[in-house]
Amino acid sequence: MSDPANLVTILALLASVFFFVAGSVGLVRMPDTLTRIHSLTKADNIALGFIVVALLPQVGSVADAAKIVAVWVLVQVSSGAVAQLIGEVALAEQAMTPSGLDQPDDGRSADA
Amino acid sequence: MNVAFDAILCVLVVLAAIRVVATTDLRAAVSSFLAYGMLLALVWVRLESVDIALTEVAVGSGLTTIVILRAISRMPLAPSSSTGSSPTRSAQVAVGVMCAMVTLGLSGVLLTLPDPAPSIAPYVAQNMPATALGNPIAGVLMVFRAMDTVLETVVVLLALIGVWAMVPQHRLAEVPGPLAPGRAPEPVVFLARALVPFGLLFGAYQVWAGADVPGGKFQGAAVLASMGLLLMMAGVITAPAATNVRLRALLLVGPILFLAVGVAGWSLAGAFLGYPAGLEKPVIIAVEIASTISIALALVMLVLGPPAGSASS
Repeated sequence: MSDPANLVTILALLASVFFFVAGSVGLVRMPDTLTRIHSLTKADNIALGFIVVALLPQVGSVADAAKIVAVWVLVQVSSGAVAQLIGEVALAEQAMTPSGLDQPDDGRSADA
Repeated sequence: MNVAFDAILCVLVVLAAIRVVATTDLRAAVSSFLAYGMLLALVWVRLESVDIALTEVAVGSGLTTIVILRAISRMPLAPSSSTGSSPTRSAQVAVGVMCAMVTLGLSGVLLTLPDPAPSIAPYVAQNMPATALGNPIAGVLMVFRAMDTVLETVVVLLALIGVWAMVPQHRLAEVPGPLAPGRAPEPVVFLARALVPFGLLFGAYQVWAGADVPGGKFQGAAVLASMGLLLMMAGVITAPAATNVRLRALLLVGPILFLAVGVAGWSLAGAFLGYPAGLEKPVIIAVEIASTISIALALVMLVLGPPAGSASS
């Protein structure tokens, strides 16, 4: 492997670690489910993307590269959908709590 | 570096295991169980047992977690408040002591193992060419210890019969309870559209590739089963009733073909489960595909649980 390829890998891995740490800190420190989901999915998806970028210069064949990209696409699709699902459940639970019942207008505008 | 990684992994596995039993929140216990299974799969990968890691992720933590989630969704939210159901202090201590004894016993056995550990791996490697398979695990499962694998496919059926036996005979015609109440949420419908074609392809690939690389019928069947469950969650297909004749036929096709090949082995190859010379590979593939269909359907029906809904048409 040539030096520029290794440089790309190292830089992308460092960027990935940064975003994974940021996402994990967000998961622990954010106040409620929706903001936690937000930090987890946004930051971790970027971090995973950087890992894919880091691995691509290191693979030996196009088939291996395609597999790594396929893994990335699948994780994007499923994590995005699951985040939406958890978000819907969190909103429904919020609406059931007394504070949610106090402000029915907020619930209606969020639906629209 | 690798030692540090393994050490962290071991600590995380133990922490996850402790959280499963220490938390009183049922949902937290289930999510910890899921995390425990995923970490355990990483341990198997570190031990270079990718086949077991795949099974652990798919069956051990994946489908099992759904079964437990469905079970606790039918339980009261605060089990301790219900009358007389929580075990007494002495019973808790007794369970704890017995679990600790099992752990200590296992640790003792592990520490007194001879080094190097007794192994029949060299014999397997020596005889692998006769099996026409590239993956030693597949060789052991389908050839050298085929008897165990026959019993495994039958055990899955027995488990399903056990689940169905939880309702009286006249209710067997009812379909299992829905996976989620009400209309399917949009993200689930999207996943059913986007993920299922890929998942079906991947499940089939796992079965096919299992002959030469880690994978195989249990792993592939678990992936196919989860795709079926996803389609049911999205409302694309409906769960069949336990009395459905086609379902029962497909549940039986794997074990029956496996046993038929086994009995035929007496006359064709001179031993129970002996494969006819020259035809090993096609016969093994036929048995693998039939078993995959049966296992996948059995896993779907196991997750769906006992009949609980309205009578099916």
